[in-house]
Amino acid sequence: MFENLSLFALQQYWWFLVSLIGALFVFITFVQGGQTLLYTIAKNDAQRNVLVASLGRKWELSFTSLVMFGGALFAAFPLFYSVSFGGAYYVWMAILFCFIIQAVSYEYRKKPDNLFGTRTYEMFLFINGSVGIILIGIAVGTLFTGGNFVKDDMNLSSWTLKTYGLEGVLNPFNVALGFTLFFLARVQAELYFLNNIAEKEIVKNTRIQLVKDAVLFVGFFVLVTVMLLFMSGFAYAGENVFVVEYKFLANFLASPILLILFLTGTLLVLYAIFISLFKNSTKGIWFSGVGTVFVVLSIFCLLGFNNTTIYPSLSDISSSLTIQNSSGSHYTLTAMSYVSLGVPFVLAYIYFVWKSMDKEKVTSAEIEADSHHY
Amino acid sequence: MESTLLVDLSRAQFALTAMYHWLFVPLTLGLSFIVAIMESLYVKTGNEEWKKITKFWMTLFAINFAIGLATGIIMEFEFGTNWSNYSWIVGDIFGAPLAIEGIMAFFMESTFFAVMFFGWNKVSKKMHLLSTWLVAIGSNLSALWILVANGWMQNPVGMEFNVDTARFEMKNFWDVLFNPNAVSKFLHTIASGYVMGALFVIGISAWFLLKRREILFAKRSMIVAASFGLLTSLFLVFSGDESAYQVAQNQPTKLAAMEGLYDGHSRAGIVALGQLNPDKQIGDNQEEFLWSLEVPYALSFLGYRNINAFVPGMDDLVFGNEELGIESAQSKIEKGKVALDALKEYKNAKKEGNLIAATTNLQTFRDNECYLGYGYLDDPKSIIPPIGLTFYSFHIMVGLGGWFVALFFFVLYFSMIGKIEDKKLLLNAALFSIPLGYVAGEAGWIVAEVGRQPWAIQGMLPTGIATSSVDETAVMITLSLFAIIFTALLIAEIKIMLKQIKIGPQGESHV
Ligand code: HDD
Ligand code: HEM
Ligand code: HEM
Repeated sequence: MFENLSLFALQQYWWFLVSLIGALFVFITFVQGGQTLLYTIAKNDAQRNVLVASLGRKWELSFTSLVMFGGALFAAFPLFYSVSFGGAYYVWMAILFCFIIQAVSYEYRKKPDNLFGTRTYEMFLFINGSVGIILIGIAVGTLFTGGNFVKDDMNLSSWTLKTYGLEGVLNPFNVALGFTLFFLARVQAELYFLNNIAEKEIVKNTRIQLVKDAVLFVGFFVLVTVMLLFMSGFAYAGENVFVVEYKFLANFLASPILLILFLTGTLLVLYAIFISLFKNSTKGIWFSGVGTVFVVLSIFCLLGFNNTTIYPSLSDISSSLTIQNSSGSHYTLTAMSYVSLGVPFVLAYIYFVWKSMDKEKVTSAEIEADSHHY
Repeated sequence: MESTLLVDLSRAQFALTAMYHWLFVPLTLGLSFIVAIMESLYVKTGNEEWKKITKFWMTLFAINFAIGLATGIIMEFEFGTNWSNYSWIVGDIFGAPLAIEGIMAFFMESTFFAVMFFGWNKVSKKMHLLSTWLVAIGSNLSALWILVANGWMQNPVGMEFNVDTARFEMKNFWDVLFNPNAVSKFLHTIASGYVMGALFVIGISAWFLLKRREILFAKRSMIVAASFGLLTSLFLVFSGDESAYQVAQNQPTKLAAMEGLYDGHSRAGIVALGQLNPDKQIGDNQEEFLWSLEVPYALSFLGYRNINAFVPGMDDLVFGNEELGIESAQSKIEKGKVALDALKEYKNAKKEGNLIAATTNLQTFRDNECYLGYGYLDDPKSIIPPIGLTFYSFHIMVGLGGWFVALFFFVLYFSMIGKIEDKKLLLNAALFSIPLGYVAGEAGWIVAEVGRQPWAIQGMLPTGIATSSVDETAVMITLSLFAIIFTALLIAEIKIMLKQIKIGPQGESHV
């Protein structure tokens, strides 16, 4: 069935999938958000253990989603993978370092003889949740604001600044996006804790903290949205790339479905915060989860559709990448599309496992009884 | 070509991270199955002792698994960060198995890992056992896909060069998946993981027996692991032989370096033990070895399944051998340069809209296309990989392979007749064979990867072209950081592991 689609249709399908994986990743970064709250919400070691145990059952999903995001980009848009990772070298490497230290921290944090001590591993978790997420926001921001790369006739690329991507931190939009993701992750973590943990004091502290993070999140989110709607973007026609004013606003208007997705998603996140604060609900995470996926999906889709570039070049505008000039071949995209039919299956078993593991809420009594907790 | 320093730094960084990753992966592959077998015994017999045994090895599994993930994520992204030209030129083929690995394997591992560790009281016994098996299967699936990718680098099949995008594109997915090289690689590599898992379990059990602790636990663990180890180590030798056969078919320069064979012969023997003559150069008349012990005919048989077969040596491959129809490297390089020039001319002609020139150049390109990679080389001798490293690594691996078979045999035998506690020497040997397992595995990868040089993709893409064009300083910084952080984490891992072993299966895993 996929082989009959045009190359362009397959490219769009794959951009959609990459966006979806990106959106799911942003949702699951509540794990990272939670890691930054170990000393804010928990007031003592026992409470910290509860938070860590609660996050500990999900952390690998967040890690694996990031890997999957990289893998999908590699297979579907190899030129993007090559240009961005090979060019914005320092930024990606910094992100990777933030994830190396995450991977060992859950397992090693409380183990005797762990060389660095519990505090160090907790600091690793904090760095992963803060620096890691903000840098990812900055890296994603450059898809809108551009990177300093050139590519030659043979499609081999290089970066034109010796800062290799670090210059992205100077762009206000990128930074604002980074902080939006950071506070979103924290808000979601708080909603997740409310859903997952049955310890009075933790629940109480979580609600208090949620107010603060929600305010900051909403502030940054509004800022980013306004910047996005007012900024210029890059469009292409054939081989030509040019700057268009209000490009993303125009894209929203051109595809009402994205606009609806975006608005619904935003409302769902706000609703989730509202019911958690004022209705004592513990179901917020499901609404905000769906909402986050909608919003992020719509924002990524703004790049891949309506003749927009997915990665504009600030050094040589004609080097800019689009879904059309950076994708895999028709054959590979077709083969990979068949593979993508497995995604719903994967999501189904993740959901099933999540449900059966979270039937009962986490308590400190449970953790103390189990020799195998984090 | 990029500067050689940049290329060497990128290689060093990749080698470092890959070798670290490979410190943890084999144990994941092997231990996951051993644990699954143990848990199956628990579910079948209902004996709580088996549950304790399972949980003990599972704790060690988790400590190792975590750091495996930490090193794995780097590998995935390193293709982009340090081999970005590679990622573009072959990404159309190479990216697919990596993405499939994510969808099919990594999610399976990480989802069911959570059940395996935290689900003891949350899901049914059967569901728990299933999860443990799924973790084992998931980790082996991840090996499958990554090795399909690596097998393709050794023997690129199922693709075609697209002149307009200037890259290789996939033409047949099944050719890539069922690449004979990938199949033998997969079997041999997972087998090495199983052997590693078995060595680990018998080694630690031996330690308990030497300390006269946890006798029942240790003996039970040992029987499971030694049976598993004997079977898999035999399979390892068999699949190693198949790997060598594949190397002979597709990578004659690697085979020649593995054997230190300069001057090809028919009825070639295998040097079982020997010391290379360090002064020997390609093409001169010096002796190849200072001393050596040879098994006659074995190489011809191993490489070609025929004792009379001719095995080309490095001299033949560099200078050519007309009698046997072996083309010289010089001639391949010249044809490769013709292909590269034609490609450039074709692109120019197309830009200028000169259709005739485009067509003729395209034809020239197609005629010489299979030499494309050689066009980037200048020195014919550069087609030979580092000989010493390849030769010694290969011999260390093979020697250890033989040793492991013997070890498992004796451990199993004495366990069966109930005398294993008294065999101090054997128990010590088992304990000290744990590091040897790692040595053999790393040596195997050195054979595979260093032996492939100068190619990133055999015959198609030299390593020097594959790298990203970043500053040398940038790679130097990340390389040093990786070295520091991985070493620190490795030390932490070993300390934690040793402590957990000392605590033993009866103790709490947490203090
Ligand atoms: C415990 C580890 C271990 C042991 C004892 C052996 N191997 Fe091995 N070998 C590996 C672990 C390994 C490996 C790490 O899994 C490699 C690296 C790349 C690969 O495909 O497998 C490998 C590679 C490798 C290669 C290179 C494949 C290539 O270049 O693509 C050959 C020819 C052999 N092996 C042959 C053997 C033979 C004949 C053995 C006889 C006993 C043997 N190995 C024992
Ligand atoms: C250069 C190539 C490699 C890349 C890019 C790579 C990538 C990765 C990544 C990203 C992970 C983390 C997965 C997660 O998030 O769950 C991982 C773990 C793993 N990899 Fe690799 N890997 C490579 C080599 C290998 C090889 C050669 C094997 C086996 C033969 C292997 C087997 C595994 C296994 C079993 C795991 C499970 C986790 C663990 O051991 O802790 N990998 N790898
Ligand atoms: C985990 C086990 C592995 C180990 C220990 C290992 C080891 C090495 C070493 C030592 C080198 C440097 C060779 C040299 O430059 O002389 C290297 C290079 C490389 N390997 Fe591996 N490797 C492993 C698995 C893989 C896999 C599974 C892939 C691909 C899927 C892969 C892809 C590469 C690439 C792209 C390079 C750099 C280019 C080159 O030097 O050819 N490696 N590896």
